[in-house]
Formats: sequence, C-alpha cells, structure tokens
Amino acid sequence: MSEPVAMHMSDGLLNAPTSLLFVAIAVVGVGVALVKARGDLDDRTAPLAGLVAAFVFATQMLNFPVLPGVSGHLLGGALAAILVGPWVGALCVTIVLVVQSLFFADGGVTALGANVTNMALVGTAVGFAVAVALRGLARRGKGGLAAVAFVSALVNTVLASFGFVVEYAIGGQGGVGFGTVAVAILGVHVLIGIGEGLITAATVTAVAAVRPDLVHLLRGVPQKLELK
Amino acid sequence: MKRFFLGFALVSLVLAGVVSYFASADPDGLDYVTEEHGIAEHARDHPLGGGPLADYAVGGDDRLTGVAGVVGVLVVLSVAFGLFRLLRKRTPKA
Repeated sequence: MSEPVAMHMSDGLLNAPTSLLFVAIAVVGVGVALVKARGDLDDRTAPLAGLVAAFVFATQMLNFPVLPGVSGHLLGGALAAILVGPWVGALCVTIVLVVQSLFFADGGVTALGANVTNMALVGTAVGFAVAVALRGLARRGKGGLAAVAFVSALVNTVLASFGFVVEYAIGGQGGVGFGTVAVAILGVHVLIGIGEGLITAATVTAVAAVRPDLVHLLRGVPQKLELK
Repeated sequence: MKRFFLGFALVSLVLAGVVSYFASADPDGLDYVTEEHGIAEHARDHPLGGGPLADYAVGGDDRLTGVAGVVGVLVVLSVAFGLFRLLRKRTPKA
C-alpha cells in the first residue's frame, strides 16, 4: 500500500455480494451510456472525446497535497461531462478506470464495479447535473464558465466519494461505523474537490477559449460569445 | 482544428510523462481514510500486481514512471478513439 501514485478502491474492502452488486450496477450504467453516447458522437466530437479520456488518465497520475500526509487527484467526471456530455463522459472515465486496473494494477478488479459506479457514473452524472443547472451563468463568459466548472467538479468529487461511503455501509469489511467513515471521507474529499474544481475550471476555460463550439455545455450558444 | 487536437494530446503526454514526477507520493484521501480506520487491512493484493506496468512503474522501476505514463496515455487514446469511432454517427457519403 505504499505505491507512489495509487488510487481507487482495492479488492477486499467490500464483501463479495456488494462487489457483485456494484459490478451489475456499473454494467447497466455503462450499457446505457454506450447506447446514449451515439447521439453525442460525430466526426468532430469523437476525436475530442478520445483526447478527454487521455487527459483524465494523465491528470489522475498527478496527486496534489491536500493535508500533511494526504494527497488527492482529479476524478474527471465533471470535466468530461462539460466537454463531451454526460454519456460520452461516463465512457471516458470508465475507459481510464479499466486501463488503470488492468495495466497499472491501480484499483482492484472485483472493485472495478464500485469504482466505475462512483467515479464514472455518479461523479459524471452529478457534475453534469450541476453544470446544467448553472448553464445560464456558464454562458455569460469566461468567468461564469470557470465558476460553473469549479462548482460542478467540487460536487462531483464529494458525491463520488460518498458512493464509497454507501458501498461501505452496504457491505464493507472491518466494521467501522457509517458516521465515522462518512465524516472522514467527506471531509478530505471536500479539500480534494477544491483541487478538482481548480483543474476543471482551468481546463474547460482553456478549451472554450480556443474551440467553444466543441464544449458540450455551451451548445447552442451564439458564436458571438467572447470567451477570451 | 488539427493544431488544437495535437496540442491537447501533447499536454496529456507532458503531464503523464514529465509532470508525474512531481506528484505527491502521499496516500490519496480514500487510501488515507481506509488505512487510518483499519479498513485497508482487508485489502487484497491486486491480481495483476506483477504486470510490467504495475504501480505506474516499468518492471518495478519507479524511475520510469514517466514512461509508464506515456504508455498509459497512448493505450487510453487508442481504446477511446477506437470505441468512439465505432459509436459515432457516420456522415452519410453523398
């Protein structure tokens, strides 16, 4: 457990039935995303989606310090959803998690269902929901877009980490109480979420400055919008 | 268009290949909490933990984290480009 850049739930933290339950949930969720993503992918957006997945992989390697002895890293759900939409975004994060687990031994194999559920499904869905709720602000210009990206990424991180708390409550090993786990996990993930928010805001505004037409959240915004 | 995509790819390669050396080696929030509360004692070793790229090293050599990162970016790019190409709506040919 002392790997330099290790992340995600390992095998064995959840009991077998709970791991299987979340494999099933992940399979259904990713299946729906595969069907729905077709509507958001064309010759222009498909290459961007591939690059978003690669970018999320790269940034997940970059653990930043949040407390003495504790680090955090981007999850990427809100980032992906804002740039390429929630369905394609969920697939981007899923690809990252599968490659991390199978190639880099990062995140357990039986825990993959739970990790996909938290980071690819919950994180992306929640991040996108917040971004859509605040879409009016995002369309006002660069500052608004940055603020929306920050808030949706912060909420994405906190609720994705809450996914672990729920999974642990259903079938976690070690018998630690729900409240103890919830307070510890949510506390540290609010701090990680601030880092996630800053990275997401910087990335989204950088893409929007060059290619606002490719940003999913800004679809339908008149091109006269000046985002520089 | 092409320049934007090449630039985006280059940023990811530099982050994974170079900036990764400056990443914090401390456990992340989840690992920290599970270790503090004795939950991590139940963790099992990864079944693929002996793989050539395990733990973002190359053959166990941490000095090659950047190489592992670049390989990872290229693998993710290939898988994602392949999947999204398959899924995309084709522009009908006239």
